[in-house]
Amino acid sequence: MRARVLLSLLAVALVAAPFVVSGYLVSVLIVALYFAYVGQAWNIMMGFAGQLSLGHALYVGLGAYTAAALFVQSGVPPWLGLIAAIIVAMAFAAAIGFLAFRFGISGVYFALLTIAFAEFTRIGFDHFGWVGASAGLFLPVSQRSGSDLLALRGTPTMFYYVILALAAGAFALSRWLLTSRIGFYWMAIREDQDAAQALGIDTFRYKLAAVVVSAAMTSIAGVFFAFYYNNLFPEQIFSIGRSIEIILGPIIGGLGTLFGPVLGAFVLQLLAEALREGVSALGLEIPGLTQVFYGVCLLVVVMFLPNGVWPPIARRLRL
Amino acid sequence: MTALLAVEGISKRFRGLKAVDDVSFTVPKGGIVALIGPNGAGKTTTFNLIAGVYAPDTGRIVLDGEDITSLRPDRACHAGIGRTFQIVKPFGAMTVLENVVVGALRRSADVAAARSRAAELLERVGLADKAAMPAQGLTLPEKKRLETARALATEPKILLLDEVMAGLRPTEIDRMVETFRALNRETGIAILLTEHVMRAVMALSDRIVVLHHGRKICEGSPEQVARNEAVLESYLGTEAVS
Repeated sequence: MRARVLLSLLAVALVAAPFVVSGYLVSVLIVALYFAYVGQAWNIMMGFAGQLSLGHALYVGLGAYTAAALFVQSGVPPWLGLIAAIIVAMAFAAAIGFLAFRFGISGVYFALLTIAFAEFTRIGFDHFGWVGASAGLFLPVSQRSGSDLLALRGTPTMFYYVILALAAGAFALSRWLLTSRIGFYWMAIREDQDAAQALGIDTFRYKLAAVVVSAAMTSIAGVFFAFYYNNLFPEQIFSIGRSIEIILGPIIGGLGTLFGPVLGAFVLQLLAEALREGVSALGLEIPGLTQVFYGVCLLVVVMFLPNGVWPPIARRLRL
Repeated sequence: MTALLAVEGISKRFRGLKAVDDVSFTVPKGGIVALIGPNGAGKTTTFNLIAGVYAPDTGRIVLDGEDITSLRPDRACHAGIGRTFQIVKPFGAMTVLENVVVGALRRSADVAAARSRAAELLERVGLADKAAMPAQGLTLPEKKRLETARALATEPKILLLDEVMAGLRPTEIDRMVETFRALNRETGIAILLTEHVMRAVMALSDRIVVLHHGRKICEGSPEQVARNEAVLESYLGTEAVS
């Protein structure tokens, strides 16, 4: 009950935000919501099912490139491109998951495998002429006279509502998954795979499901990314730095919790932005400052709140 | 009596070591059979062969007419094997109730139904008051009882108990024995157990199978086994059973 009230208040605040705050702050919120969304997608795989992916940028990149290339090269509208993007990401995820789980690769080795796939996909796209190779892929930017949701072209406010809807949808989906049979099975696998199997759980199938669901959700973020930023470079979108950025939110907010990834993304992005602003107001420019800040946040959380920021807050709020 | 579980000449070799060597026995419907023997006799390996953790090199395992030899653990569970682990494997971060819910979901995808079924089972094993606690906070004997409830939740035809009495005080042992007796009497579930606590073995089992160096050296009623010279020499010791 309390949780519902607080969640409704948050929803109202987020829906009203573009009417209240400046355009600059809306763009900051878009980034925060973007990370809240991908963080939740990653949390399904690691937080729920215990399968560590350090290469989630792979699915962002695949989603982004699939939809963007279809749009640029063949004029395929983004919502159709989105379906293609999801299919491509799911196919990659199923292949990786099949390889890993069929041959019993787990833990650190599985994480290394996810990095390897992200890396060689990056190198592949660097030489993939149809999508611009290392020179990048650019989406034509039309005059922003109005918003066209079907073409995914429009004002930052439109993009704000799109990513807000995605983040809210991911939250609802996560909640539903966590309270149904698949969620219990994922947590059992995360806690002890042998015991899970002894209770009749087909661990191979459920781990594969976690990877595929997470990848599908992440690829949608990629489509958003492509149409929001309008330029894609393999070097950037598939980079391991991007993969790490995705996982910071859930780790800082609280792995495996529903609200942790959302809270983590907001705390991290808003603080990082405040820091950038503060430093530039002092007339300084320090390259790499954001990364150092991420590192410090991670350090503090790992040392003092190993379960993340959210669980103690949830206790305090008696949720 | 018809055999529910029939183990027919199973062997398992690890590198050079014959962990289980041509072992055969049966568990009748509704029966309680104990597998005893010194450490390293092959009891847990036998359990793991039945539960599908390893595939036997030779031999056959039949449960209720169905050949379950070499089935994967999850398939073995579907066939009707419920087991506990000698080294306990609770789902530590989940609550005690949720641990059992995972088992109960084997029979119904409805989480609410699984929860109420799980609550009943916690009552049965005496963990009802710990239901909302994270499983990692339980004591070792409690974790063993939790594993029992979790296995029972899958509604197995036979329950494999791997040293669930270890570390219990005598009064607790008597309580556990009573729990399993009641379970067996009321639900008719068959039980195969390994145990070092002879007090429990003698009180519970209809029949005892004794393993030594992977081979079956004796089988019979508790009284017969307690008088068997080979058993006394290799395991019980001459003055152990009085």
